[in-house]
Amino acid sequence: MSVSGAALVLFLLFHMSMNLVALFSGDAYNLICEFLGANWYALVATAGLAALVVLHFVYAFILTMQNRKARGEQRYAYTKQPKEVEWASQNMFVLGVIVLLGMGLHLYNFWANMQLVEVLHMLGANVDVSLATDGTHYIKETFSCIVYVILYLVWLVALWFHLTHGFWSAMQTLGWNNQVWFARWRCIGNIVSSIIVLGFAIVVLVYAFCPCAGGC
Amino acid sequence: MDQNISFNLKVWRQRGPKEPGKFVTYPMKDIPGDTSFLEMLDILNEELINKGEEPIVFDHDCREGICGMCSLYVNGHPHGPATGATTCQLYMRRFNNGDTITVEPWRSAAFPVIRDLMVDRTAFDKIQQAGGYVSINTGGIPDANAIPIGKDIAEEAMDAAACIGCGACVAACKNGSAMLFVSAKVSQFALLPQGQAEAARRVKSMVAKMDELGFGNCTNTRACEAECPKCISISNIARLNREFIKAKLGD
Repeated sequence: MSVSGAALVLFLLFHMSMNLVALFSGDAYNLICEFLGANWYALVATAGLAALVVLHFVYAFILTMQNRKARGEQRYAYTKQPKEVEWASQNMFVLGVIVLLGMGLHLYNFWANMQLVEVLHMLGANVDVSLATDGTHYIKETFSCIVYVILYLVWLVALWFHLTHGFWSAMQTLGWNNQVWFARWRCIGNIVSSIIVLGFAIVVLVYAFCPCAGGC
Repeated sequence: MDQNISFNLKVWRQRGPKEPGKFVTYPMKDIPGDTSFLEMLDILNEELINKGEEPIVFDHDCREGICGMCSLYVNGHPHGPATGATTCQLYMRRFNNGDTITVEPWRSAAFPVIRDLMVDRTAFDKIQQAGGYVSINTGGIPDANAIPIGKDIAEEAMDAAACIGCGACVAACKNGSAMLFVSAKVSQFALLPQGQAEAARRVKSMVAKMDELGFGNCTNTRACEAECPKCISISNIARLNREFIKAKLGD
């Protein structure tokens, strides 16, 4: 969980930085889309990324099942959370499922229209590739719909909660923690997750509410 | 002056490990505030015995917070609402007149209920037996001021050794994980030279035993640390993870 999670945090940072380009220039963003289209390097990286997500989720599912079993069949009638316990830490699996659902939506909105189309084209299928590397077009199209804007923001909030616990928790699991570093990791974790989520959210909001987004 | 209080006590009653249990409510009248929680149960049991009913079974021994025998999940907290204290150190002055106090046994698959509020905690003994000791000759006891160990390390080892093995960490954890207990037992040795010779073997066998006995996995919720009557820190869990990874890489 910790290793795959930390790797996914790095991916999110990378993805978020690329998205920020779309704020300044839609054409520059499309160049990145072209660069990360259906070439072998990008495809291998995509496969690796998919494997990471599957690993992270399958492992989480197995551990959660084990944990439920370890708790026993008889549950407490009355429980009270101590104030030191973060809400996110108790709900990592539920938050993870929300993140995963959001990711499904995101793949449908973008990946299925872009990299997948290119791959299908390369395999000889009769598909229209004229917009496959036009990421800016799809950003504009998706966020012109207010429902998508809200869904994406909900997704990002869930991601923020997931990351604020996940970041320091990963360091703790890897044994890279002590009484001094505990507060530091939590602070760094909060900053990193806020940067990631704000970076993503600003692109959504700018494209949703600013008509000149990505250059007029 | 502590006042006398009256309240309802909702207690889990279960005749045996295989029998279904249920809550029974007992009205308690005029209990002085300076009565300890266990003394209050003694008062109730005396009444029950006088009425010819079965007394409530619960674990207790030293009644001064060092043996780790008392348990009880009181109003949603292992060892009750007090922090840094065991159930035997909990006084009735913490509760109010007219309260309903819910008392449950530890609930964890690895700690099956024996009867009423008593659970079987032999799983902890088994983990200890798997490696929670030093088996090499470490010589006689040196003078305290001649021990070549830094004050900080000595303090940390002592803090870890404060664990009384009561099982509150497992009771508090939503995953029924015993990581805080195991980490304290591993840390108290891993920090000192006497324990380092067997460190790798100890951590591997204790963790293997813990997994085998059906305890859950740690997700770092920190509920254990918050409820621990001895305030054992989760930095011990980080140390356990570190020792475990080191031992596995050494293989």
